[in-house]
Parts: sequence; structure tokens; C-alpha cells
Amino acid sequence: MTTRRFNWPLWVGFVLTLAAFFTYFAVFVWFPVTRDFPWATLVLFAIAGVLLFMGVRRGFAPDRPHPTRSKIVTSIVGILGVFVIGVFVFAMFIAARWLPASTGAPHVGQRAPDFTLTDTTGRQVSLNELLTAPVNGSAPKGVLLVFYRGYW
Amino acid sequence: MRSIEKSLDKFKEAGIRPIAISVDSPEESRKLAEQSGYTFTFLSDANAEVIRRYDLVHAGAGENGKDISRPAEFLIDSSGTVRWVNLTENYTVRARPEQILEASKVLK
Repeated sequence: MTTRRFNWPLWVGFVLTLAAFFTYFAVFVWFPVTRDFPWATLVLFAIAGVLLFMGVRRGFAPDRPHPTRSKIVTSIVGILGVFVIGVFVFAMFIAARWLPASTGAPHVGQRAPDFTLTDTTGRQVSLNELLTAPVNGSAPKGVLLVFYRGYW
Repeated sequence: MRSIEKSLDKFKEAGIRPIAISVDSPEESRKLAEQSGYTFTFLSDANAEVIRRYDLVHAGAGENGKDISRPAEFLIDSSGTVRWVNLTENYTVRARPEQILEASKVLK
């Protein structure tokens, strides 16, 4: 009998991998300092990766009580963990950069194309109106247009 | 959006009116604003007409291959001239309010 039955590095590493993935979207995404470059998530992934690696080595050690089962479980958990890390890195560093060039977007010094759109109360609002209606009791100095992807 | 809402007083002080634009319907934006406590104006460009006029269409990137807007920010002065543009290269990286307020100092 061995006392090394429970492969804790493997499972802790795997749980930490999932935790790192979800905490990015639940917590770190709300703070520009951890969102713009997800260093906190990457640190967690690095720790999780080391644990997973230790767990896989342990799972493949010859002294496991059920060597075959241990190898199968270890392989599945290890691959899943690496997959989760891979999905995150891919989404953040590769897919997030798939954006159109927008070379025809208005440049500094150009006139902003006019528009009229509907606000959340159903009212039609024009750029001209946005540029003239008072802000803080006086004529606005400018309008900040924030185009975003939407939540569909 | 959240960081803009947090800095709304500073924008007001600077005389800047922030406006959010997406393909979301007025109804969807109203829900979003309600849930998240946004108080500035959200405009709906459901057919991406204005988004196309600004050359910001991210073709097929939305749900069911819908055309949506890529993230972008424009600062427009009271004469209607573009004074500052931010076209991010990574959609997780957006302009920060400090940056925009700094850029707004050139506005008269």
C-alpha cells in the first residue's frame, strides 16, 4: 500500500486552471489593469500549469495503486487543463486581434459623418444635436463616440 | 462602458458628452443600461449604417454571422471635426477615460 493515492497536484492544478479562466470574466475583466493585459490570469495559469505537470508526472509514476486507471485519468485531466489554457490564450491574444483595418474611418482633422439614430427611449438623435445640446449647463466642447461590439 | 460611467462627472466637467453606439436594439441597450447602471446615451444602429459610414464594420462577427461594429472611439469637437481617434488592435483593450480626458484638453 502507498500513502500517495490522491494525486493532489493534478486536481488542484485542474481546479486552478478552471478558476483562472472564469475569474478573468467574473473579476479581472472589470479592471483595466488586469483586462488590457491579463497578467493576473496568466500568473494563475502558470501556477496551474506547473501543478498539472507535477500531477501528470505523478500519475504516470510506476508506484500508483491502479497504474492503468491512473494513466488514463491523468491524461484526460492534463489534456483538458492544457486545452482550457489554450482556449484562453487563443481568445485573448489571437482571436481578439481579428479586427478589420478600418482604413476609411474618419481621421483627425476630418469632419465626422453626420447621423441620426434612435436612443433607448425611441427618440431620434442627430450628431448635430449631440454637439449643440448643453452639457453641464453650457455648450458642449465635444462628443465622445464609443462604438462597441454590442451584447446582441 | 463601466469606466466611462464611473468617470461621467469628469467628462461633464470637461464638457464632453459620451455616446455609445452599437447594433443592439434600443430595447437591448435599455436593458443593459438598466442592469449595469449606465446613465449616458446609448444609440442603436441596428442595420450598421452609421457603423459602415465610419468604416467600422466587423463583418459576420456577431451572433448568427451578423455584422457588428469593431470597438472604436472618436472625439469630435463642437464644430463636428474629429480631434482624436482610437482604433484598438485588440478588442479586449479599450481607451481609458484618463486617455480620453487628456486628449479632450485640445478642445475649446
